[in-house]
Formats: sequence, structure tokens, C-alpha cells
Amino acid sequence: MAEKKSTTKKTESKKDTKKVAPVKQEVKKQAAAPAAKPKAEEAPAKSPIDNLAKAEDARIGVFICHCGTNIAGSMDIEAVQEAAKTFPHVAYVDNYKYMCSMPGQTVIHKAIKDHKLTGVVVAACTPRLHEPTFRTATKDGGLNPFRFEMANIRDQNSWVHMHDREGSTDKAKDAIRIAVAKAALLQDLHPKAVPVEKAAMVVGAGVAGMQAALDLAAAGIKTYLIEKDMSIGGRMSQLDKTFPTLDCSQCILTPKMVDVGRSPNIELMTWSEVHEVEGYIGNFDVTIRKKARGVMTPKEAEAKGIVGGGCNGCGDCEGVCPVIKPNEFEIGMKPRKAIYVNHPQVVPLIYTIDFTSCVKCGLCVTACGPEKRAIDLEMKDEFVKVKVGTAILATGYDIFPIENKQEWGYKRYENVISSLEFERLICASGPTGGHLVRPSDGETPKRVGFVLCAGSRDNTGTGKPYCSRFCCMYSLKHAHQIIEKIPGCVPYIFYMDIRSFGKMYEEFYYRIQDEGAKFIRGRVANIIEDKATKNLHVMADDTLLDRPIDMEVDMVVLAAAIQPAADTNRTRKLFGVSCSSDGWLLEAHPKLNPCGTTTAGVFLAGVCQGPKDIPDTVASAEGAASAASIPIHMGEVELEPYFASCIPEKCAGCGMCVNLCPYSALSLVEKDGRTVMQVTEAKCKGCGTCGGFCPGGAIWMNHFTTPQIVAQIDAFLLGGEQ
Amino acid sequence: MSAPGNFPIPKRGPGIWQPKIIGILCNWCSYAGADLAGGGRIQYPPDVRVVRVMCTGRIDSLFVLKAFADGADGVLVSGCHFGDCHYLEGNYKGAKRMFMVKRLMKSIGLDDRRFRMTFVSASEGAKWGAVITDVVKTINELGPSPINELKK
Repeated sequence: MAEKKSTTKKTESKKDTKKVAPVKQEVKKQAAAPAAKPKAEEAPAKSPIDNLAKAEDARIGVFICHCGTNIAGSMDIEAVQEAAKTFPHVAYVDNYKYMCSMPGQTVIHKAIKDHKLTGVVVAACTPRLHEPTFRTATKDGGLNPFRFEMANIRDQNSWVHMHDREGSTDKAKDAIRIAVAKAALLQDLHPKAVPVEKAAMVVGAGVAGMQAALDLAAAGIKTYLIEKDMSIGGRMSQLDKTFPTLDCSQCILTPKMVDVGRSPNIELMTWSEVHEVEGYIGNFDVTIRKKARGVMTPKEAEAKGIVGGGCNGCGDCEGVCPVIKPNEFEIGMKPRKAIYVNHPQVVPLIYTIDFTSCVKCGLCVTACGPEKRAIDLEMKDEFVKVKVGTAILATGYDIFPIENKQEWGYKRYENVISSLEFERLICASGPTGGHLVRPSDGETPKRVGFVLCAGSRDNTGTGKPYCSRFCCMYSLKHAHQIIEKIPGCVPYIFYMDIRSFGKMYEEFYYRIQDEGAKFIRGRVANIIEDKATKNLHVMADDTLLDRPIDMEVDMVVLAAAIQPAADTNRTRKLFGVSCSSDGWLLEAHPKLNPCGTTTAGVFLAGVCQGPKDIPDTVASAEGAASAASIPIHMGEVELEPYFASCIPEKCAGCGMCVNLCPYSALSLVEKDGRTVMQVTEAKCKGCGTCGGFCPGGAIWMNHFTTPQIVAQIDAFLLGGEQ
Repeated sequence: MSAPGNFPIPKRGPGIWQPKIIGILCNWCSYAGADLAGGGRIQYPPDVRVVRVMCTGRIDSLFVLKAFADGADGVLVSGCHFGDCHYLEGNYKGAKRMFMVKRLMKSIGLDDRRFRMTFVSASEGAKWGAVITDVVKTINELGPSPINELKK
């Protein structure tokens, strides 16, 4: 019985799609038109969908943009315009040099009024660029903004068929035909306003995340700052000095870290990760996994009734811990215990137990004493739920595993180090107290080779094709530090190009040249170790003098490429953010919306988006904070009204769609004695997965309705022969 | 001007058959990837006409079949890579239906190479160019759809 029912449904829906199609064709095939007409009239009476568009009343205006010569240079605009005049429903056609400009938009306003248009088609770039612009123009002209449809004749036509004028002209005609077919069936839609939670989240507490959090907090917004490491500061806290001003990284960063720690609006969650994200702009429900730290903060201790307890950072526990491990913060060049802090200036100053190496001997518990009782060796991961309006991702970067480039011998030769190791060695708070020494024998080097583009700008497949952007500058800084700290020591910089592009950067480059650094233009082919002395022979081709070079140096520093931080891919998927082929997170538009993403309410700050130096990182963080604060200060946001809805008279109540919905937005309810599906609009994101499946054709997807899509298909395939 | 691309520009005129191919693209990945191909001036043949939907999950099998019934020589459906769907899993559900369409096409004697589902992300402009070039090449090899012949 049930089976029979479903088959009838199927044939019905097939008929249905066919029936709607001729609506577009009615001009030519009049026979089909009456069949479609009663359908369109009876549907609104019964179904919840009001103002069903009737194609026969449609008056569409077509506006063709030249985009300077971007479009006009590759196709025959006149021919396109003439063709557009012959399409069904088209009441007016015009073209202009720049449709998005003020005069161009005025053309649209005026035409809507003068020609009583019911729909607007702009043939121009891509809806992903200017749909909002033209929607506003449509609205200003007195129509509902959703009465607008775009024909993409630039990004997907004139730019990609530059050598085929005839082909691109034909394609543009069809693109407009398809857009007009849809525009004729567009309905008035009204965005739904939802309240925005007055809180924000920042993921990653490097300099970008801290800056973003501080800005949001200063704007009066409660901000959750999530950091996967035990302390904040990120990569910048590992650096010694910063170019080109040579002020020390710590002097800039530590006051910010302290500010973050004591800002009343910032809730700092270190040793934590984002576990799950649900919801949408204004209402993200984020579950945070607080990894078991083994040590309680004073706040946590107080919550457990231990008044005056919790970790005060005295370090007594560290003294007694018997486990010794390499310290990751110092890139393994210094030991740490199983209970430890990265470095003495950490914020927050709370010890953390590395449970993978802890032997649970309990010595630290005794050392901590009965008053503080901060240590709990049986601590488990906790899950905390918070609600935020917007989120900023600032997940940062990792160093590319430069040992993959075996020709340079990193991790094979002791005296080949990475630039980050150099930073720790030259840093006053580093493992050697700021004395640069050779790892093999502890001697002070007299000749240091710097290999630039170590893994960057590498098209061999083993490295990264992009420029890591700040390696040139920090290598110049390294050269300066060597010259300053070690009299008589000569830095040899092997470079492809010196990219000193920023403010005061080129001047810094000249200064280092004057200080006596030697520059050799050539990519290093390989490095060979002298087994006896552990000195290194750097083999390169000097492309300026056109001769091969074999340079013996005491030490080599590889200016390693950078890549997205290890956990970036997992985090971005939680927030629904795309990435480029290199793994860097993708902004909504590189110029128009560099901090935003395709997920409304999620923003990007710092290097997670692509290599940036510190000034650019901080600038992007401030930009992201500003962007993220706008919806919160507005108090409510408008969601695109692409919701699904049910046409009850067609719904058989089978419930297949309920299981398909990834957002649990659909449910079955009793209505007039029948079981039908109901949509919770607040949960619906408008993907249309339900509408693509419904065997009865009972789901109405706003703005992407079945009649609209079928009309588009028919317009191209059946209208083409007209 | 950019490189001409890896395909010949065909002769056009009355009586010369041009393939009619419709591409249904998801907004977030493939449509963005196609836009990126434009930004990169990657050249490909102009025979595919595009319909944009929010997600490949929106694509009813009937849309594809309707296109073939209307006389399309080829249909391309393109969405996000698995695991990268803007709506979590719409592309899985869409792909499932598209496999069904392929099976159906085989059983009714329509060459299933006329229908293709591809996965092109927002950062794969070059891949988009390669996909379209290949789709157009395949359809050109297969020739006009037999459904059009039947109609006559």
C-alpha cells in the first residue's frame, strides 16, 4: 500500500515539474499555459506560501554591464542586448559601462519605476561579488530585494573565454535567458531578524587572538579567548627581537598578555580546544573541551571549596618532579619536568601536568601542600558550553618540517638549525641565555650561513609554493643580531630575492648591508658536513657572478617556510570555513571582505589566513575584531530567507526529510488531522537537502524553488532554439 | 590576454552541432571555484551553462533527468569535496542521488558519461578549467544526445 502511494507521488511530482516548465514557454507553446495556470492559482490558497509568482505577469528588466572592457572586450554587447529583448517576460533592456556605480544603479532605479518592472536581472560579474550591491539597488527602486537575479557574464564568461568572442557572446545570451526565467518566478522574501548574543569568541591566543580579544573587550563585549597551549602569546612569545625597529618581542607582548589576563571582559581558557560548534551568526553554541591540566587555578579551587587554594605558580612541584622531558617551547633545547610552565613569564601562571609522561608518583601533590591542594592527578577533560554571537579564528602557523628538504641536512647535521631555534638561542631568556653557540660543540660561530626560502617558493612538490613573507626580514634581523653580539662574526645570506616590502623595511635592508652582512644571490643546492670539524659546506650557484660556490661556515640557519597550525583543519571544519589548496583559511573576498569568511559571523585574524608579519597580523586582528563587533552592537542580524517550508497538501508525512536535515530543523506534526512536516526556521540554513529529496515535491525552498530551477533548465534547453 | 587553453575553438554556424551542457553548481565551492578560474583567466570552452544552487544536496534527481528529457547533451553537477560541505553533509546526500541517476541512465540505454558529478573547491580554479575542458571533450566525442534523435 505504502509503496503504491509513493509511486503515485513520484509520477505526480514528475508531472508537476513538467507542468511548471511550460510556464516559461507559454509564449511559444500556448497549449501548455492553461494547464499551468490553475496550478499556480490554487497553490497559494491552500499552502502557507503566499504570493506565488505568476510568470505571465512578470516584467523583467535586463541590465548588461560592460565592466569597462572586462566584459565588453570579450563579447558583442550589442548582440547580447538585441537577443535579450526577444526573451519572454523581458520588458526593458539597457547596458552601461559600470552597472555597480552610482549612475549604473540609477539606471536600475529609474527603469523599475518607468517600466513597472517586477524583477531585475543584472548581467555582470558574479553574485558572490555584487549580489548585495544590486539587491540594494533593486530595493531602492521600490522592489523587494529578492526580486533580483544575476547573470554571471564576467568571472564565468568573458574572463575565461577571452579568445572565443562568438562562444562567449552565445554563452552570455543563455546566461541572461536562464536568469530571466528565474527572475520571472521570483517571490518577495523577507529576511528574518534574529537577536545576537552579546558575546564573542576568539580561537587562538597568539598576538592576533590577543589583540582581537582586547579590542572586543574594550568595546564592552564579553569575549571567550580559547588557547590550546597552556599559556598565551603564541609564536611571538618565542621571538627575541622584531624587525625593523629591533624592539624586543617580549616588551611588546608581555604587557598585552597581562592585559588579557586581567581584563574583566575576557574569559581566558588556556589548555582548551573548540570541540563542537552549532548554530549560526548571532547564536553560536560552542562546546569547549578543557583538557585535563592536573592543576587547579585559584578560581577552580575556590569552586571546590578549597578557599585560598589553587596554583600560585610557586614552582615547588616542578622542583620535586622526577620526570625530565624536552621543552617544546624551547624546541627541545632545554629540559622540562612532567609538571611545568613553558617559560617564567607565562600568562596565566598556572602549572600544567603532561599526563603522557607523568608517572603519577605523587611527589608534586606533597610538595604543593595541604593549603593550596592545587594538584589533582585524576583530573578529567571537562566540556563547557558557551553561547556567542560571533567568532574569530586566529589559529596561527607552524614551522614547515624542514627536514623534508633532505639536501640541507636539518636533523642530520647538528649545526644546521631552523630560524625558530636561532630565535631561542639568541634570546636572553632562551636556553643559552642569549649566547649563540654551535649545537655540536658549544663554540661561538664565526661564520653563519642563512638559507632563505627554505621550503618557501618551492615548486618541486616537497616544499611550499608560496612566499612565507617574513623570512627575508627576520633573516636580516638575525644577521644584525650576530654582527652586534659576536664581534668578527660574518653572516652570509643566501637569497633568491630580498623581499623587504614594508614600511621602513627597505631602509633596514640597506642598513644590514652597511653593517657588513654578505649577500649571495643563489638558491642553496645542498649542504655537506665536514665530519671532523662539523663545519658545513654550503653549495650554491652565485647567479650574479655566474659561478658555483662552496662556502665553509660554522653554522647554518634555515629560514623555514611556514604552514597552517596542525589543528587548523579540524577547527575550520567546525566553523564551516573553507581553506585554500595550501591549507590557509579562505577569506570571503581578498579585497572586499578580507577578515570575513563564507560563514556569516565567523572572521579570520592573523596568519591562519596566510603569511603575515607582526604589524599586518595585528592590523588584521583589529579589523576582525571590528567586523566581529558590528553584529553584536547592532543587536540583531538579518538571515538570508532561504528557508525550506512545507506544502501541506502535498506532504505525505513520510518523514524522510526529517532524517536528512543536518540541523534537525524539520519535524513531523499533526495538522488538520494529518501528519505533515514542519520547519523550525531558526534552525534551517537553507541548504535544500530536504527539497532535493522529497518524493512528493512538497518542500518549497525559498529562492531556489523547484519551479524556478526547472524554469532555468528549460530556458536554456528549450528556449535555445527560439 | 591569457594563454588560450588546452582546447580548440570550434567552428560555429547554422547546421553545425554545438553541445548543450548544463552545469548545476553549489554556491560555496564549485561556483566560487569557477569564479576563481575567472580571476585567474584560466581559459576553457564556453559550452557549459551554469545554474547556481546553494548546495548539491538541493539537486533533485529529476532536475538532471528533466535536463536530459529537454535534450541536454550533457549534465554536470559539481559541489564541495566530501567533508568540506558548507552544510556539513549535503554533498554526500546529493552524490548518493547522482549515483542513482547514473545507474538509471545505464539501464535506459543513455550513456552515463553524459552525466558527471565532480568535486571542485573554492580554491581550485585551475581544476575547474580542467574539468570543463574534459566534460566538453567527452560530450563532443559522444555527439548529440540520442533523446534529441528520438524526438525527431
